[in-house]
Order: sequence, then C-alpha cells, then structure tokens
Amino acid sequence: MIDRRHLLALSAAAPLLGLNRAARAQSASPWTEILARARGQTVYWNAWAGDEQTNDFITWVGGQTKARHGVAIQHVRLKDTAEAVTKVIAEKAAGRLAGGGVDLIWINGPNFLAMKAQGLLHGPVLPVLPNAGLVDTTNKRSNVVDFTTPVDGMAVPWRLAQLVFVYESARLRPADVPRSAEALLVWARRNPGRLTHPNVANFMGSTFLKQALIDLSPDPDLFQRPATDAGFDTATAPLWNWYDQLRPLLWRQGRQFPENAAAQRQLLNDGEIDITLSFSPTEAAVAAQAGLLPESVRSFTFAKGSIGNTSFVAIPFNAAHKEGALVVADFLLEPATQARAQDIRHLGSINVLDAGKLSPEQSRLFEVLPGHPALPAPAELGAIQLEPHASWMTRIATEWSRRTAR
Amino acid sequence: MTARALAHTLLRLSPGLTLVVFLAPIVAGLVGTILPAFGFLPALGGDSLSLDPWRRLFETPGFAAALTLTLTTGWSATLVSMLVAIGMAAALHHRPVARRLGAWIAPALAMPHSALAIGMAFLILPSGWLARALSPWLTGWSRPPDFSTVGHESGWPIVLALALKEVPYLMLMTLGALNQIPAAAQLRAARALGYGPSQAWLAVVLPQVLAQIRLPAMAVLAFSLSVVDVAMILGPGNPPTLAVLVVRWLGDPDPRLLFPAAAAATLLLALVIASLAAWRAVEAVAQATLGRWATRGARQPAIGHAADIAAGAGITLLALTAASMLSLALWSVATRWRWSDAWPEGFTSATWMRQADSLAGPAATTLALGLAATLIALALVLACLEREAQGREGKPSRSLALLYLPLLVPQVAFLFGLQILLVRFGIDGSFGAVLWTHLVFAIPYLFLSLADPWRSYDDRYSRSALSLGASRWRVFWRIKLPILLPPVLIAAAVAFAVSAGLYLPTLLAGAGRIATLTTEAVTLSSGADRRVIGTWAMLQAAFPLAAYGAAVAWPALFRRLRRW
Repeated sequence: MIDRRHLLALSAAAPLLGLNRAARAQSASPWTEILARARGQTVYWNAWAGDEQTNDFITWVGGQTKARHGVAIQHVRLKDTAEAVTKVIAEKAAGRLAGGGVDLIWINGPNFLAMKAQGLLHGPVLPVLPNAGLVDTTNKRSNVVDFTTPVDGMAVPWRLAQLVFVYESARLRPADVPRSAEALLVWARRNPGRLTHPNVANFMGSTFLKQALIDLSPDPDLFQRPATDAGFDTATAPLWNWYDQLRPLLWRQGRQFPENAAAQRQLLNDGEIDITLSFSPTEAAVAAQAGLLPESVRSFTFAKGSIGNTSFVAIPFNAAHKEGALVVADFLLEPATQARAQDIRHLGSINVLDAGKLSPEQSRLFEVLPGHPALPAPAELGAIQLEPHASWMTRIATEWSRRTAR
Repeated sequence: MTARALAHTLLRLSPGLTLVVFLAPIVAGLVGTILPAFGFLPALGGDSLSLDPWRRLFETPGFAAALTLTLTTGWSATLVSMLVAIGMAAALHHRPVARRLGAWIAPALAMPHSALAIGMAFLILPSGWLARALSPWLTGWSRPPDFSTVGHESGWPIVLALALKEVPYLMLMTLGALNQIPAAAQLRAARALGYGPSQAWLAVVLPQVLAQIRLPAMAVLAFSLSVVDVAMILGPGNPPTLAVLVVRWLGDPDPRLLFPAAAAATLLLALVIASLAAWRAVEAVAQATLGRWATRGARQPAIGHAADIAAGAGITLLALTAASMLSLALWSVATRWRWSDAWPEGFTSATWMRQADSLAGPAATTLALGLAATLIALALVLACLEREAQGREGKPSRSLALLYLPLLVPQVAFLFGLQILLVRFGIDGSFGAVLWTHLVFAIPYLFLSLADPWRSYDDRYSRSALSLGASRWRVFWRIKLPILLPPVLIAAAVAFAVSAGLYLPTLLAGAGRIATLTTEAVTLSSGADRRVIGTWAMLQAAFPLAAYGAAVAWPALFRRLRRW
C-alpha cells in the first residue's frame, strides 16, 4: 500500500517538477543549468583500457572535473568498445529507457555507426557544449565525418589519429623522404628490403594499402561510397599495379610481414628496415624517449596528406548521468585539456581544435608544449584525408590475402 | 560411515574418478569438434549434416601449404629429436657425465615451450643476438641481412625450438627405460665381443629401449604436429600451421568461421592418428634394420663418430637453450640494445618496476592454477597407485594407453569442442573450467613420473610396520610417503611445470578472461617492447624452475631438520 501511495505521489509531482525546471531554465543559461545538475554525479565512462597512457589521462580528467564541477569519473575498463555497445542494446531490449549503466563511451568507426543508426545515442550533444565552436570542421574533416558516417553532432571529438611514416634519419636523409606512393616505389627500388607494412589482416596493414589507394587514385571521393563488385576492380587497379611492383622490393621480398605496427616498430629499432608507420604523429618522439626507437627517428606524411580518424565520446540515450557526461565532454574540448592530451609526456595525440579559432592565450598553451626533434610541426603533417567506406577495407584485405597466399 | 570407511570407499572409487576427470573433457570435446566439422552446430544455424565446412577449408588460400608445413615440421622435429637423443645416449652412456645428465637437462625440461621460443626468436633473428655478436667483425654485415629465420616458410625455427624441448624429454625417458633392462650386463658382453661402446649400445640396448619409449616418442610426434604457441611465435604467418589456423579462426569475430575451424581441427586429429600409425611402421623398419645390422656382426668404429656428432648436436641444443634464456634475462634489464651491439647499452631495473603491477595478477593466477591442479592431481594419482598396490590388480600397463590419451590427441581437436560445451553451460572463462583442462594434462604427467618409483617401493617396510600394529592409514603417512617423498615432489614439480606452461587450454577454456604468465607472454610476443617481453617470459620460466628447485632441495632440508 505504502509503495503505491508513494508512486502516486511521485507521478503527480513529476509534471510539477518538470515545470519547475523549465521555469528555472529560462532564468539561467542552459549550460549553467547543466552544470548545476551535473554536480555530485559520477560518470561511468566506458573506454578501451589497453593503453596505460590513456588510462592515466582518464584518471587525470576525473580529478579535474571533480575539483572544478563536482563530477567524478568511474573508468569502466573495456577490452573492446563493442562490450559497451552490447550493454546499451541489452538495456534497451530489457526496457530500461532511463537510468542506464553507461554514461559516456569512447567510440568511433563501426561502433559509432551501429549506435547512431539504431538510435542508441543521446543528442545532438555537440551544439550544447560551450567549447563546440573551437572544433576544427574544415581541415580536420574526420571530426565531422567518421568512417563515412556523418557525425551530426551526436558525438564529441576529443583526440585525433593521423597516419604518419616514421623513418630513421641516420639512414634516410630528410631530403630524400618519399612523399607519395609513387615516390615510395622509386625509393624501394633503390633500397630493396628496407620497407615493409604490417600484415593486412591487421588494421595498420590495411591502412597502408588504403593510404596508397587514395594517393594513387584520380578520384579519392569515390571511396566515400560503398564498394561495388564492378567498381572495385577498376578503382583498385592502380593500387594493385603499384603493389605488384613494390612487393618484391619489400623486406623479405614481400613474402613475410610483421603482424602489427608494434612488431614493425621493433624491426626499425633492430635496423632491419628504414621506415615504419603509426597512427599517432607523436609516436616517433614518444617511442624515442621510451627507448623503443633511436633518437634519430623522424616522421613524414605524403604531400597530399594522410588518412586520419577522430576518437569521439558519445552519450547513450538512456544514460543515468547525462549532465555529468556533457560536462566531461566539454572539459575534453577545453584548449588546456587538448594541450595536455597533445603533450608527449602524457597522451601525445593531436588536438581536434582549429588553431585559427583559438585566442592568443589558448594558442600559447600549445606553443609551450615540450618539443622533440622527432615531433612533426602541424604544417608538416598536411591535410587529413577521410577514411574510405568500410567495404573497401574488407575487400582490399580479402584481395590481398588472395594475391599473397602461397 | 566412519572416516576410515569413507577413505576406503574413496580409495576404491579413485581409479574411476580419475578416468572421468581427465577423459570426459577429451571425449566430449572431440564430439563437440567433429559434429561442427560436418556442419552440425544448432547454435549457429547448422542443423543438418553437410560437407560445406570441408569445402571452405580446402578453398582457403594457402591450405595446401599449411598442410605441408604441419606435416614437415611435426615429423622433422620428432625424427631430429629422436636421433639426437639416441645418439647422445649411445655416445655418453659409458662416460661419467651420463650420471649428471639428469641434473643438466631438468631445467630445460621445466622451461615452458613458449618462453623458450620467445628467447630463441631473439637469438636467431637476422638482427638477433647471434648476428649482433658476430657483426660486423666476422660477418661483414653493417645492417641486418635480409633473409628469413623466424617465420621462415619452411618452419625450421619451429623444428629447432621443439628439439630444444623434446631432446631433453626423450633423453630422460631413455635413461628411465635403461633402468628397466639389464643394460649394463648386456653391454659388458657386447664390449667383450669387440664392439665399441656406441655400437654396442645401438645394437644391443637400443632395440629394447625403442619399445620402451614408444609412447613418449608418439607423444612427441602428436605434440609437434599440433603445437600452437611455438608455431605462433616462430612459424610463418601466411599460411601458418593447421593448429594455428584453427586458433586464428576461433578468435575471429565472424562466427561462421567456426565451421572450417572445426574441419581443420578434425583434419589435424586424422593427421595425428595416421602419423602415429606411420610411427609404428617407422619403428618396425628401424627394429628390422637394427636386427640385420646386429646379426651381420661387423665392428664399425665409425659408429662412434656418428654418435659423437649427435651428442655434440645435443650439447649445442642445451647451449642454445641457455643462451635463449639469457637473452630474455638481458632484455628484461636492458636500457637500450641496438644493432650491432653484442650487449645492451646499460642495465636498469626500471622495466621490472614498471611491469610489477601488471605481472602480479597473472602471476598469482598461474600460481593458484598450478598449485590447485598439482594438489588435486596428486591426490587422485596417489589414491590410484595405492589402490593398485593394495588390490594387486592385473597389469598396470593396460591403463597406460588411456593415460597417454591427453598427450596423443591434438589439444586443439578436443579443446575446440570443449570450449563450445563450456560456453553452452555458461562456465567458460571461469577458474574452475581452466583448472579442469589443466588437470587433463597434470594427471597423466604426474602419474607417468610417479608410477615407476611407487611400484618399485619395497613393501617389506610397510609389512613390518603393519605387523607392529600400525593402521594402513598410519603406515601410508608415516612410512611409505616419507620414503617416497623425493619422487613425489619431483612428480608434483612436473605437474606444476605442465600447468604453468599450458597455453591453448588456458586460452580456450579461459575465454581470454583468465590471464596467466604464459597467455600474456605469448600475446606480448607479437610485437611488444622486447624489454617487457623479457620480464614476462623470465617470470614465466622462473615459476616451474623454482618448483623443480624446491622439489630437489626439500627432502635434503627436511632430513637435516629432522636430524636436529
């Protein structure tokens, strides 16, 4: 009896509470309102935990938001982001439309596509954030289009990955660096056995081929649409023509490949090859400091630019602590946070902001970051090229194993 | 029921219980593998029998190469290991070193396969330690040469790494077999007829030894054909061996690959069965040849040289083992170690400090699994052996083949099906499930190393005590067990080492959620910082070594304490 009475009282009060809130929202700005409601919340941030530096960074963010806005962060350590997606799907299936267990997800690629397509995300969230205006939407286009999926403000960018080549400058002079796929082939002819790429079953291996495909193709926009049977052969013909010439010139005559980018980095450190590749433009500097690569390593990208993708945070539709999650997302966009993320002593990932939109004080935050000879200047990195539609990657990987199997 | 009656009942049931514990997962697992190989796996929509999985397997790019690679590496590893082990025994049996050989090879036996493979990889790479030590002053290489060692298409590094482990094992089995035959007297007779020591051993002793070590040799063959961790670390990737292919497909996000994976696992099972049959034929030919050779009666001093070469190869293998482990140790404390420095630039404990937190969890799991598996297996095996001793039941040898079953059936063939069953009952990824798969291997090894000492126990000690009025229970604890303590401890150390080194059972039954030093070290070996790999592999090897050390040291310590 008591239970029912309480429930009745609550349901009667609910519209009143809502009215109350609406009235207050008119007096204060929406963001002040969000800050007020976020205070005291604990945000369950579901994030892949395979990288210690990122884990430390998330812990640091939690300390900051707690001190400044009273928002604590509980890092739910994932082995695979799909775990969080599955959890939200299960909650929706079980009818839990509010008070869900996931507040914030570090997400991109197929996981983002799945959640957005199935209406599992709260938003658009980006326009709500005070720092949204600082995001680079022109040169860093992956902030707006994630693996060909328009983001539409349903997720907030927080770090940028861009393909770079890392080379040993003691053996390869900076002036001779090959800055296109064609130039890479010419270089390999002069230096047989000194170049390789990760196995194409690995993400970094297929990225190497995707990068060459975009660089060699007269019409890279083509790859923003799904691949078709007929279109694939024509569009990838320049790639395979190039690769058939390159492969015998690769390390181990292209009959053997390192399993992943870390294994290839080891080959560079062992002096077996002269060039490796990374999705983090600061990796050369970070690895040199950690003793994983010689101090003489440097980075370069192709002249036309290179493939990049953005890591986002998104809020599930049923998140229990949406306001807290918004506060965390906005904090991630703050120039000071972005500068710390770019600091090679912390995360070493490129910021998602537009340098032209920063105030002089904000720009200075980035200028004073510790330098390293292996750290490329922003201008050296070139434009960010968009990831092709996922169907291209699948087909390229299949075609590659068909061509290279014995 | 009194406690004693309960104990007696348990003792009577122990052989059956033991069989169920380690045979049930194998039988259930094999069924669970073979059915999906023919398209039957209702959970994934396979509800009728078909040959489609086989068609997909045969159409896989590189399938023929994977098949050839599996057969050549498995057979080469077995034949090389046998020849070297036999050659060593022939060359060394009459020298004083033979008595100390056991102590030398025990550490090599204790080493997990994967730790050894990781260490060996760094040794033999074109930019590895051997090349660094000899370059450029001897080789003239200013850069690492561009030829393949690790990952070579022929798979020779797999053969070498397996030989490092299997030669000591077969040596130990040969030494054990020698105790079963009147070898010394026969050798004296042959020597008196003018044969050299090696030829005498090969002509007179070997034919008897071959029959004695048939099952161990077959276990080596079955293991070499289906090994996963060593082939992953040292073998080619495109295509890999069949066993690695199965594991790769099992880990793929696309569940439809389970069907060709089941077909590949079933094919591997068939290959192993056929190979074991072929091994009997090889052995028969070898016996016939040895027989004809012995009856011809030619005295051939050259045989001695051949045996010496084999012994030299064996000692080289032991040296490679030591160098492999040393390279891991050096990496774990290196600051930097660049080509072509023979030694690291500097030494630091920083890597160990940084890794301490990550190492602690898997180390505790390894220890808990190893101790639990060893204690349960020890209890079951001791009960079985006591039951046999008290019951004086027929021939113990009949059950031997059953005991060898987990060592003869390819791991991947039954673990595959077992994993599906574990998932079905929702217990995959649990400590209990992993412990059970560890028991499947701990029980046979423990039984095999304990059975002979236990059976050769002089029962008159026990009878004297019984006649003085002590109970059977008391006699077991106060007389028999203390006398047999050294072999019991060694057997327990063997079981612990087996558990600590298991990769595939831990990976599959643990569903990736139970991390041991071995699973983590193998995962890291695919490209992590070599200094970090060094710490993991070192610790992984240290556990079984410590167990052996404790097993050897404890009885002596115990005696000294008692004397006080």
